Amino acid sequence: MRIHATALAAILSTTMFVGIAQAENVLRWTSQGDALTLDPMGQNEGPTNSMNGQIYEPLVKRDRDMVLEAGLAESWKPMGTTGWEFKLRQGVKFHDGADLTAEDVAFSITRALAKSSDFKEQVKSIKEVKIVDDHTVQFITDGPNPILPNELTNLYIMDKGWSEKNNVMEPQDFAAGEETYAVRNANGTGPFMVEQRLPDELTVLVKNPNWWGNATAEHNIDKIEYRPIKNAATRVAALLSGEVDFVLDAPLQDLKRIDAQDNLKTLTVNQIRTIFFGMDQGVDELRSSDVKGKNPFKDKRVRQAFYQALDVEAIKRVVMEGLSIPAGIITSPGVHGYTKELDKRRPFDPAAAKKLLADAGYPDGFTVQLDCPNNRYNNDEKICQAAVAMLAKIGVTVKLDAIPKSQHFPKIKNRVSDFYMLGWGVPTLDSHYVFSYLFHSKGGWNGTGFANARVDELTDTFAVETDLAKRDQMIAEAWSIVKDEIVYLPIHHQVIGWGMSTKLDLPILPNDSPQFRWAKLN
Amino acid sequence: MITYIARRMLQALVVMAAVSFISFSLFNYVGDPVDNMVGQEATLEDRQRIREVLGLEDPFFVQYARFLQNAVQGEFGISYRTKRSVSEMIIERLPATLELVFVSALIALGLGIPLGVYTGINRSSWISKSVLTVSLVGVSLPTFIIGIGLIYIFAVHLGVLPSSGRSGTVDLGGWRTSFLTFDGWRSIVLPALTLSLFQVTMILRLVRAEMLEIMRTDFIKFARARGLPDRKVNYSHALKNTLVPVITIIGLNIGGLIAFSLITETVFQWPGTGLMFIQAVDFVDVPIMAAYLCFVALIFVTINLVVDILYFVIDPRLRAEGGH
Repeated sequence: MRIHATALAAILSTTMFVGIAQAENVLRWTSQGDALTLDPMGQNEGPTNSMNGQIYEPLVKRDRDMVLEAGLAESWKPMGTTGWEFKLRQGVKFHDGADLTAEDVAFSITRALAKSSDFKEQVKSIKEVKIVDDHTVQFITDGPNPILPNELTNLYIMDKGWSEKNNVMEPQDFAAGEETYAVRNANGTGPFMVEQRLPDELTVLVKNPNWWGNATAEHNIDKIEYRPIKNAATRVAALLSGEVDFVLDAPLQDLKRIDAQDNLKTLTVNQIRTIFFGMDQGVDELRSSDVKGKNPFKDKRVRQAFYQALDVEAIKRVVMEGLSIPAGIITSPGVHGYTKELDKRRPFDPAAAKKLLADAGYPDGFTVQLDCPNNRYNNDEKICQAAVAMLAKIGVTVKLDAIPKSQHFPKIKNRVSDFYMLGWGVPTLDSHYVFSYLFHSKGGWNGTGFANARVDELTDTFAVETDLAKRDQMIAEAWSIVKDEIVYLPIHHQVIGWGMSTKLDLPILPNDSPQFRWAKLN
Repeated sequence: MITYIARRMLQALVVMAAVSFISFSLFNYVGDPVDNMVGQEATLEDRQRIREVLGLEDPFFVQYARFLQNAVQGEFGISYRTKRSVSEMIIERLPATLELVFVSALIALGLGIPLGVYTGINRSSWISKSVLTVSLVGVSLPTFIIGIGLIYIFAVHLGVLPSSGRSGTVDLGGWRTSFLTFDGWRSIVLPALTLSLFQVTMILRLVRAEMLEIMRTDFIKFARARGLPDRKVNYSHALKNTLVPVITIIGLNIGGLIAFSLITETVFQWPGTGLMFIQAVDFVDVPIMAAYLCFVALIFVTINLVVDILYFVIDPRLRAEGGH
C-alpha cells in the first residue's frame, strides 16, 4: 500500500513538473467574423488576410508605423521602367520543411494572376516573373509601376511543391464550388502554423519553431486560439470574464467600460478608412428628388451647401463618442498624398449654406433620398440620421434608407443612388488606389458620375510615373481639383478600438490587422 | 385510416412546396451574393463570370426548378461562403443544436412540471405567488436579454461558467457531443437555460391550469374522501391526468426549440444550425438560408403529421367517423 502511495506521489509530481515545464503562453482572442478561407488568394478581405498573415508571409511587410520593411524579400529595387528586382531572404523554410526559392515566388505570382484569384487586380501590372537564380526574381511589368512593392504587402507566398502535391495550383474558385485542400490547411513560412481549423468555431495556431525571424522575434506566444463571437455584447463579456485576452472589434460604446477594469485596457488609433457621402452629379435628373428636369447636385453651390451644413464636430461628439477625426479629404493620414493642409475642412456654417442653396435657386431646399448601410461602418446609420437632421436645418428634406451592406453596396455599384454613404480604406497606402476607384470616370466605385478629363489623365499618369517628385506633384494637383470641386462630402476618419488584458502587449495598427509576431504575454 | 393518412401527407407536401417556393423567391430580394464573394476590387467581368457559373443569370423558374430538383434529393448545393456542401454543413452543425434542445427540454420539464404541480395545489402560498410572478418574466423578456443577463451574472460577475462557445466536445464518429466532459456540460448550461426559460413558464402555467381543473373533479374529491394520502392523490391521480395535453404541447414545442434556437445560439456563439443561419443571412448565402428554412419547415410538418396520426391511433372517435 505504502509503495503504491509513493509511486502515485512520484507520478503526480512528475506530471506536475512536466505541466510546469510545458507551461505555455496561450493567446486567446476573438472578433466578429472568421476568416473566410485559409487559401491566401481565395478572398481579398480584411479578416481573411489578417488570419492568413500570421501563417503566410509576403515579400514586403509593413512595420508598426506602416512603413515598408523586408519580409521574404531582403531587398528590392526598380529596374528602370521595365519592372522590379527582388532578392529573397536566405534560409527561409516552409512549415513542412521545404526551402523557399525563387520558383515558389514565381509560382505564387502566377497563382495570384489566375482567373479564380481575388488578388489579380493587385498584380495585374506584372507581365512576367523571371527567375534569375534561386534567390533572385524579376517582375517584368506592363509599363513602369512605382508602387509595386506596396501592392505586394498582402500577397502571400506559397510553396510550389506543396501546392502541386495537394492539387491547389489554382486558387480556390468561389464560383466553381468545391472545397480545396488549401481552404482548411496551410503551409506558409510565417511565425505561426495551423494546428486546428474548425471554420466559424475555433482556429488554433502554434508557434513555428523554425521561423527565420525567431532569432530576433519579439513575441513570446506559443499558441493562439481564435474563436469568432458574433454578438457584440457576448464578445465584450468574454473579455470581461477573462475568457479571451484580446477583442479586436470591441464596440466603441464599451471601450470606457473595458478601460475602467483593473485588468483590462484599450488601445485606439485612427484607422486608414474615411467615411464620406457621395452625390450623383452625373445624371440629368435625380431619381428621388422633387426637383424635375435638372440635377441640383450638378451645381457646386448645392454641394458646398451640403458640405457646410454638416456639423462633423457634433457627429464626433454625439454619435462617435469622440472616436473619430473630422476629415477634409476622403483619405486618411498614412496614405501617400495625404497632407494636413488638404485635410482642413471648410467651416461649418448653416447660414452660408442656406444662402448658397438660395443662390443656386433652391431657397426652400428640395428633397432627396440618402442611402446608408446599417451594418458596415462604426455607427453608420446614426451618422446618417444626424446628417438628415442637419440638412433639415437648411431646408433640405432627406429621406433616409438604411439597409444592410449586402443591399446597399450594389446600389452604388449599379449607380442607382442619388446620395449615399461610403467608407474607403487604402491597402496600398497610396492615393492612386483612391483615385482609380473613386474619382476616375471609369472607377468601379465612383457612383458620383464625376468625370474630369484632367483628373483621369493625372490618375492614369501617376500610376506609371517613376519620377517620384513629379508623381507627388501630380497627386497633389489631383487632390486639389477634387477637393475644390467637392466631389464627395468627407465626414471623418474612423477610429478603431482594441480591448485587451493588461497582461498582453500588442501594438494597435491603423489597418486593424493584428500582428501577433509582436505580441507579448506577461 | 389509409385515406386519412394519405390526405395528411398530401397536405404536408403542399406545405413543403409552398415553403420552398416562398423561401426561394424571398432570396431574390436579400441582396447580391456576388458582392460578398468577390473583393471590392473585382472587375465587372469577374462578377459576370461568377453570376454565370452560379446560374444567377437564368430565369427565376429555371433556378427554382433546379433548386427543387436538388432539394428533393436532399442536395442544397454549395455554400457561397464556405464552399462546402450545405447538407454536410447542416449535418455537422445539427448535434450542437439537438443537444442544446435536448438539455433545454429536460430543464423545461424538470422545472416546469414540479413547479406547476406545486403552484396548482398550493394556490395561495407566497411561494406560488412569487414563482408565478417570476415566471411572467420568463415569457415577457426577449431571449437575448435573458441570455446577456445570464452571461453577465454567471460568466462576468461570478466567473463560474463560460460566456460562450462550445468547448470540451468529444467526437463520436461524426457526432461531436458535449455530454461526455465536464467542460462540455459547463458550456451547455447557460444557453440551455436561456432557451428553456420560455418553455418552463409555459409548461408551469399549463400544468397549473390543468391541476386546478382536475382538483375540482369528483374523482379527486372521492379519493380524498377515501382517505388516500395527499401525496398519492396529488401525484398519482391528479398529475397523471394533466399530462396528456402537456405532452402534446411539449412535442410541438421541440420543433419550435430547434427553429428558434437561433437567437440563443447567436448570443452564446453556440455552433449549431441557428448560428449558421444567421451567419448565412449576413453573407447572403442563399443555399444555406433556403436549406435551413426548408429543414425547419420539414421538422414542423413531420411533427404535426406524427401528432395527427397519433391522435388517430389514440382517439377512437376519429376512426368511427371514417377519418373526417
